[in-house]
Amino acid sequence: MVDRVALFVTCLADTLFPQVGQATVTVLERLGIEVVFPLEQTCCGQMHANSGYPGEAELLARRFVEIFDGFDAIVTPSGSCAAQVREHFPGLLGGDDRGVPGRTWELSQFLTGVLGLADVGSTYEGTVAYHPTCHSLRLLRVGDAPLRLLRAAPGVELVELPDAEECCGFGGTFAVKNAEVSTAMLDEKLAAVVASGAGAVCACDSSCLMHIGGGLHRRGIDVRPVHLAEILAS
Amino acid sequence: MSSAARDARPESFPRAAPAALANAQVRANIRHATGSIRAKRAGVVAEVPDWEALREAGAAIKDATLARLDEVLIELEASVEAAGGVVHWARDAAEANEIVTALVRAEGADEVVKVKSLATDEIRLNEALEAAGIQPIETDLAELIIQLADDRPSHLLVPAIHKNRVEIRDLFRTRLGRPDLSDDPSELAEAARLHLREAFLRARVAISGANFAAADTGTICVVESEGNGRMCTTLPETLITVMGIEKAIPRFRDLEVFLQLLPRSATGERMNPYTSLWTGVRAGDGPKQFHLVLLDAGRTRVLADPGGRPALRCIRCSACINVCPVYRQTGGHAYHSPYAGPIGAILAPQLEGESGAVASLPFASSLCGACYDVCPVLIDIPSILVHERGKAVARERAGVEGRSLKLLGRAFATRARYERAQRLGRSLQRPVARNGWITHFPPGPLAAWGRSRDLPALPAQTFREWWESRDRA
Repeated sequence: MVDRVALFVTCLADTLFPQVGQATVTVLERLGIEVVFPLEQTCCGQMHANSGYPGEAELLARRFVEIFDGFDAIVTPSGSCAAQVREHFPGLLGGDDRGVPGRTWELSQFLTGVLGLADVGSTYEGTVAYHPTCHSLRLLRVGDAPLRLLRAAPGVELVELPDAEECCGFGGTFAVKNAEVSTAMLDEKLAAVVASGAGAVCACDSSCLMHIGGGLHRRGIDVRPVHLAEILAS
Repeated sequence: MSSAARDARPESFPRAAPAALANAQVRANIRHATGSIRAKRAGVVAEVPDWEALREAGAAIKDATLARLDEVLIELEASVEAAGGVVHWARDAAEANEIVTALVRAEGADEVVKVKSLATDEIRLNEALEAAGIQPIETDLAELIIQLADDRPSHLLVPAIHKNRVEIRDLFRTRLGRPDLSDDPSELAEAARLHLREAFLRARVAISGANFAAADTGTICVVESEGNGRMCTTLPETLITVMGIEKAIPRFRDLEVFLQLLPRSATGERMNPYTSLWTGVRAGDGPKQFHLVLLDAGRTRVLADPGGRPALRCIRCSACINVCPVYRQTGGHAYHSPYAGPIGAILAPQLEGESGAVASLPFASSLCGACYDVCPVLIDIPSILVHERGKAVARERAGVEGRSLKLLGRAFATRARYERAQRLGRSLQRPVARNGWITHFPPGPLAAWGRSRDLPALPAQTFREWWESRDRA
């Protein structure tokens, strides 16, 4: 039984979505797990890696391994950043990863896979559409872990999101470098969110939620973007 | 599209995309067509119990071949010549076009019938033939439509995917001289059939591509749906096949793997209607002369880069294109290459030496990974996209994005700089943040974001500030 974890909050949640980090802490502590937050942490380097800057990405990966090496489990509320650590660090570091990738878990994977839980005591009330983010789905392969957690929350009414597995069009710098195409993809996702009739759209990545949420806000659509951790912490 | 438009200087993907996005009809056609092929594919793939093992076998055969491609090609040459064929080696598009043009001229022919072929699209053989006074006649229905419309293909397998049947009816009415035609698909196909049948019977020379070429037997394989390929490869006296060198496979029996992978991935069929296999020439049966043109045109350069090399495994099924959310929005023309979609985004820049409009293609992806999931030969397209981005960045340097990412890299390198950057962000946003949101963006890298999206403002407290205050309390 894991009773102590290091939180990798991600640079994005740290800076822009602190409530996601706070919710992650709430859920883990509610389960009796001691949460440690190494203050030296910054970024896993995913943005650099995916944008074509492998040198910077490697430096940040080495830094990450240095900071988190001492922990048996590292938990992060991001499928995309977890995938960067688990799937891409070994290649970037040429095997010099000290086993950190294998000990790094996206939150829903940690709760369901490592702890074997589904009901984590959420009291969230409302209709929720779940958007499986691309990297959690196809790179990290979280499968239905987030859905099992949502289904076990008694107040959550899950509604079907049409074409749920389609990308929202974020893609990091893609959203800026190919803004028109990214927007066309976003518009399809937003239409699906509206069609679902949900009051909230939920995902395991703050980045995709920032994109979907930014689109909803611009268009005045009254649907709340909400991270899985926030639903579980409620 | 007029020939002037076709020949216009190609634009980078981000510049070409808005025009494609503005064409609601084309987007609807593409959405409908890719949606139905992709559903069919998913159905027939799900019924193969050893699909994953087949993918691994396909990837392994291709990798083993690429690792000793020089030997495989020499064996292929010997086998084809032993069977009475002639093998030609073409370093680039110009050389390949010269070889083919000379071969057609030597037959005294002024027209050729063509099987659908991406390699000949890539080298723009039709233009070279026309310039030499030889009329190429495309015999695949969709390629014929593209040729008659003076258009460019927009999909590997379904080159006229962007056209609907009303557009095709209007085209056939004028270009085939059939003002009576309706938009009934069978009537349109019959009109094309009548037009092509005459060409098949008349033609003395045919030109094909190749899906596979077995080195041990010298057997060429073309996979198709309409039977036009069968006509071209059997009726004319001379057959010329233009083939990228990566199409070679070591053994005839390797087809066992690929002929299971390709049709299911491509058209969503268990087996395609026509699989033509021929080995050199045979007296009294089929063409009297067979020429095989082996085309490099950048392939050996791709081979030399281990990061980009797996792109050469591609068997041109187009499954990646049909699941790509970017392709679905823009269609194929914005890629400015016969190779569109995810595979085009990694193959076209490599083949063309990472120059020109196609250099922007590795960035035309959100890295969603849907392509890798369906690739029958396990090409990790997202990783190659990232690899190609790295090559582009190393080549071009700096720019606003380059400077921003370098700065960010430095900020992320120490806790002190990172926390300073967080505080700096909060003060910089003050003039533009209202009620927790940024809805108006100053010129700069974020302006493109702000054209269609708002951005949450940086909150008063970062997570780490909250954590530290909590620790103290």
